[in-house]
Amino acid sequence: MIHTVSVLVEDKPGALMRISSMFARRGYNIESLAVGPTERQNVSRIVLRVDCEQHSLEQIEKQMHKLVNVLRVSELEPGQAVERELALITVAAPPAKRAELLQLADVLGVRVADVGPNAIVFEVVGAPDQIDTFEELVRPHGIKELARTGRIGLARAGAGRSESKQLVHN
Amino acid sequence: MLMNGADALLRSLEAEGVETVFGIPGGAILPTYDALARGTTIRHVLARHEQGAGHMAQGFARASGRVGVAFATSGPGATNLVTPIADAWMDSTPLVCVTGQVRSHLIGTDAFQECDITGITIPIVKHSWLVQDVNDLPHAIKAAFHVASTGRCGPVLVDIPRDVQEAELDFAYPDEVDLPGWRPAASVNAKQVRTAAEAIAAAQRPVLYVGGGAINAEACDELRRVAELWQLPVVTTLMAKSSFPETHELHFGWPGMHGAKWSNWAMNKCDVLVAVGARFDDRVTGKLSAFAPGASVVHLDVDAAEIGKLRHADIPVVGPLKQILSELAKAFEALKAEGVGTQTRPWLAQLAAWREEFPLRYGEDGDLLKPQRVLESLQALTAGRDDMIWTTGVGQHQMWAMQYLLCDRPRSFITSGGLGTMGYGVPAAVGAKAARPDATVVCVDGDGCFQMTSQELATSVTEDLPIVVVIVNNGYLGMVRQWQDMFFEERFSQVRLDEGSPDYVKLAEAYGAVGLRVDTEEELAPALSEAMACGRTAVVDCRVDPAEHCFPMIPAGAAALDLVEYGEHQAVPVP
Repeated sequence: MIHTVSVLVEDKPGALMRISSMFARRGYNIESLAVGPTERQNVSRIVLRVDCEQHSLEQIEKQMHKLVNVLRVSELEPGQAVERELALITVAAPPAKRAELLQLADVLGVRVADVGPNAIVFEVVGAPDQIDTFEELVRPHGIKELARTGRIGLARAGAGRSESKQLVHN
Repeated sequence: MLMNGADALLRSLEAEGVETVFGIPGGAILPTYDALARGTTIRHVLARHEQGAGHMAQGFARASGRVGVAFATSGPGATNLVTPIADAWMDSTPLVCVTGQVRSHLIGTDAFQECDITGITIPIVKHSWLVQDVNDLPHAIKAAFHVASTGRCGPVLVDIPRDVQEAELDFAYPDEVDLPGWRPAASVNAKQVRTAAEAIAAAQRPVLYVGGGAINAEACDELRRVAELWQLPVVTTLMAKSSFPETHELHFGWPGMHGAKWSNWAMNKCDVLVAVGARFDDRVTGKLSAFAPGASVVHLDVDAAEIGKLRHADIPVVGPLKQILSELAKAFEALKAEGVGTQTRPWLAQLAAWREEFPLRYGEDGDLLKPQRVLESLQALTAGRDDMIWTTGVGQHQMWAMQYLLCDRPRSFITSGGLGTMGYGVPAAVGAKAARPDATVVCVDGDGCFQMTSQELATSVTEDLPIVVVIVNNGYLGMVRQWQDMFFEERFSQVRLDEGSPDYVKLAEAYGAVGLRVDTEEELAPALSEAMACGRTAVVDCRVDPAEHCFPMIPAGAAALDLVEYGEHQAVPVP
């Protein structure tokens, strides 16, 4: 099962490397990873997607907690969290197909980031499955290039911080 | 006070109470060695190889319970420390390694003797610091000692570019660390301890399976109190050897691959297994699914990540072991006051009967000196002495040392367990001697191990840190030979060392040490006595039967009950 884990880390050199090294050395695969600043200065949030059993997830969290730069580890449980991802997709769009693609984008609320003579760059922001949907719809037209950020997430506003399950207690 | 980074480093180490560091200078750490020359209360022991310096610092830490400190220069100096760092990581030895780094503006340019040592060591340190601003240096040292020695002990690394060592700062040593992400378990859940106590008290066949954590936590007195209060049998792992008196009636040997049969049976047949700072290492458990199959597990450890890592813990207690065991003793006393009594007497009798029935055995055949006799002789010569510290290399001699030397005082047996680092013994002994000058430090070594770090005899002699090295010399990489014999159809591949090996007596003498050779039973005790009494660095080259295997043995991946005893496998005579 794929788990989404949110990790607050001190913004120090090598912090990300220490975490990714721990995953590699203990044999866990990272499906996606996104890093960025948070509301706190000098604190970054890493959102990781890991495919593992519950037992391994607990191990991962405990091992992460032993890293000196890691401040907090919590699982973003499905339904209890808001998750978003950004994708840029360059789709082949000869003049004959352009109107059809633009209409599709309009219906799905997808923005156009750039238009060229024979291609359009779409900017898709949303829950990861929304991006998957758009990707599948435009695939028959020919995807020339695609970039996804990996997802970021927060606990739901109503849930409060404490309800995003913190797996390790010290 | 204004000073440069190198002086600030030494003032910081002095503030941490460091009295001895082990190291070798080089270009990128020259300013620090200049500061040593200008004045410090710290003794610097000059090793002959950085790996030696690292193992010396480990031996120092393990003998004293304090943080070991090693210095090395950048590049190859730093990479030579990688093995001791990995060893300290596996065996949870508190170690602070300080490395010089090339000047800041050269970092990333493939400069002379540059290497990314903080990057290389990430998987094997608790944490590391590359000090980029001299004003951060005192904080980094403070934090380094704190992280190395709190929670589960282990190695840390502080990498200091040469220009940072030379830069000036207004030095003040911080009183506190600023590490918001470092929060090792500091307290114990009393209710959970009570639950553990009740489970142990209700057991018919409990066993205390003690690991190295008991020694690191300085919890040996508490361990003994718990064992005696409830009459619990104690089995100590290689890393826990000496945590509980081995001549005590409640001590029942050592578990695992070369542990005694009675010890492994105790683990296999127990109904409650109490892991005390132990980590269910594969050399202890063998086939995990068949390890202590009927037991529920009480797991006591300071490291939450060890709970359930390999074996489900029915009752986990996370916290400092000293505190946990002290609370456990109180809980047992409370149970006693409530009229609950221990039920372990028949179990203890059973274990004692097994010990009688399955003693350690070895061959009596042939004219050659049996390697086990060397260890038996050392034990007989030192029984009752309270000033002994033993170190070992890794291999057959190490396992025989585990089986035949009986250690009653904590920190008197220092060996490389988790990483299994050949060559650990000689430098670890030098470090132990530096920590405990009053002790008689004996390194039981193999001839293979000895040749990996024998250069540190020079350190031992010139630094007046006399040690005795007893080489159990069978002319082979003996443990590898044993495996090739038992599991690879006797195809001996690249294990013969006798041809071309130096005369170890002459080698010892060349270093200014005493060299003695033993070929026979009659020569054994006099030579060992002389070496231990001479007050100088001494090497005793004991030529032993190369065909002798180390038994009992549980083949890798097999279960405890698959244990092979002496006589159950025929050793192949050496041509």
